[in-house]
Amino acid sequence: MKISEQSPVRRVLTRFRRNRIGMISLAAIIILFLVAAVFAALSYAHVPFPTDPNATNLERKLLPPNSANWLGTDNLGRDLFSRMLHGSYISLTVGFVAVFVSLFIGVVVGAVSGYFGRWVDNVLMRAVDAIMCFPTFFLILTAVALLGPSMLNIIVVIGLVSWTGTARLVRAEFLTLRETEYVRAARALGQRTPAIIFRHILPNAFAPIFVTAVLGIPAAILTEAGLSFLGFGVQPPQATWGNIIADGKSYLLDAWWLIVFPGLAIFLSALAFYLAGDALRQAAETRTERK
Amino acid sequence: MITFIIRRLLTTLVLVFFISLISFFIITLTPGSPYPWGELNPKISESVKQNFRKQFHLDEPLWKQYWYNMRGLFTGELRSIKDGRPVLERIGERLPATLALNVCAIVISLSFGLLVGVYCARHAGDWQDTSLSTVAFALLAIPEFWVAYLLIIGLTQWFAVPLMGTVSHGIIFPNALAGALDWLWHLALPATLLALSSVAAQSRYVRASMLETLREDYIRTAQAKGLPSEKVLYHHALRNSLRPVITGIGGLLPALIGGAVIMETIFAYPGIGRLGYQAVLERDYPTLVALNFITAVLVLVGNLLADLLYAVVDPRVRLE
Repeated sequence: MKISEQSPVRRVLTRFRRNRIGMISLAAIIILFLVAAVFAALSYAHVPFPTDPNATNLERKLLPPNSANWLGTDNLGRDLFSRMLHGSYISLTVGFVAVFVSLFIGVVVGAVSGYFGRWVDNVLMRAVDAIMCFPTFFLILTAVALLGPSMLNIIVVIGLVSWTGTARLVRAEFLTLRETEYVRAARALGQRTPAIIFRHILPNAFAPIFVTAVLGIPAAILTEAGLSFLGFGVQPPQATWGNIIADGKSYLLDAWWLIVFPGLAIFLSALAFYLAGDALRQAAETRTERK
Repeated sequence: MITFIIRRLLTTLVLVFFISLISFFIITLTPGSPYPWGELNPKISESVKQNFRKQFHLDEPLWKQYWYNMRGLFTGELRSIKDGRPVLERIGERLPATLALNVCAIVISLSFGLLVGVYCARHAGDWQDTSLSTVAFALLAIPEFWVAYLLIIGLTQWFAVPLMGTVSHGIIFPNALAGALDWLWHLALPATLLALSSVAAQSRYVRASMLETLREDYIRTAQAKGLPSEKVLYHHALRNSLRPVITGIGGLLPALIGGAVIMETIFAYPGIGRLGYQAVLERDYPTLVALNFITAVLVLVGNLLADLLYAVVDPRVRLE
């Protein structure tokens, strides 16, 4: 058997590149990012491109898709296409930053729990068990509603509630890794505990953590959409994909485009992240799947 | 076995304590307060406000409020700020509907999850597996409220699927069976939609677990004995790969109950999800505390039962 000379990261990348679904999803994610970044900047600078997302025109309300309004207009005559473009960065920002918050908490709790073991592990894991019993979406809804719906609050609450899975994963990795030779060597050399945890063990648990992070993004995007739909997302007039659907549902049988297009945007972006995450998981898996 | 059960019950008590802490403090530590008239309303005299605070112990320190809340919860004395009725009564009348919804959703997700998962594992790596896996991710990625509205637009035009409540009003059913069928008919759409993402999740678990089991030595032995492949697959492999599936039911529940908030709101289904949503809108603190606490404890009990059941079913689990 020939031993591969590639570095582990390079090997994962090579295998990822061979996965067609993964590459298509990655391309979709990159396009999504560019669109979101461009329109976040335009929103911030109040540039009305393609048209002003908040400009009302009651003479042109509830128009189906046409040449002037590519995706139609809503009940106040606002252009749906512009609103969706200007709302695109909300979903992505919430998805990404919330995952960062939850990763941070999850990694720290999991690392401490797995490394120290004994009663520290016991207390932390019972807390994790307790949090995992709560109906996640309802807990998030309660907290966001009471704190007041704003982008920052939504991000923080989603992050604070969804770190438990990561913590368990990191703990499991640490339980096995802390017994390895190199960790014992580092300890014998008198390395301080934080250095052992973060410099020696954590990088070796990187792959599974990265995969859960990628798979956490679509979950956060869907949670944000659900909150928006119930009226506790980022508040109007700022358009988000979720609140366009929430407003459009009153015109359900007259204006299907207000439901179909923003929902499609949420669906496709969540799908791209899920598929890319799964491709990454397959590429990072050491055991090959046999029939 | 007995020591295991005792130890398990002790951990459960600790968990219940943690749960009570979280469900109380997540609500009281957030800014704002539960005044039905708005805190700064000048038309409400100070004495009325005082009385209100006294009645709901809002003038006491937090730890005392926590104590009153929990004692009230266990004695059934905790009352809703909204209508003054005992919280347990309000939740009790809504609970059966939500349980029915969730049990249906679990049955749907387990049965379809098993079917799809086994099929995928059998064809691992083939086009059937790849396409079904993509479909599974599509189901995970789809916002359920969005599908609900698409279905409302589509289905109601051609089929008489009921979209509201648990029963048809104004109809006198000739017998109990007709009534039950009507009730099930109302349950069909919300339960199916609620189950969508967990069908996908379950099928992934089953697939992974099956693939793991199929690598075991005893499977190779069974194949070497010349047993028909169907028998190896369903008799030897499937049974042994059910463990993560059974324990996974516990993980499904929180997602289902959470998702039920949206589904119950859309379909005007009178369950605890909708009660919770209304309580959020009304800032009805006692109801929120009780709801979060009770649903979490229900999930906890569900997990406990699943574990015990599993120990009974699987002789390999010795419960040490």
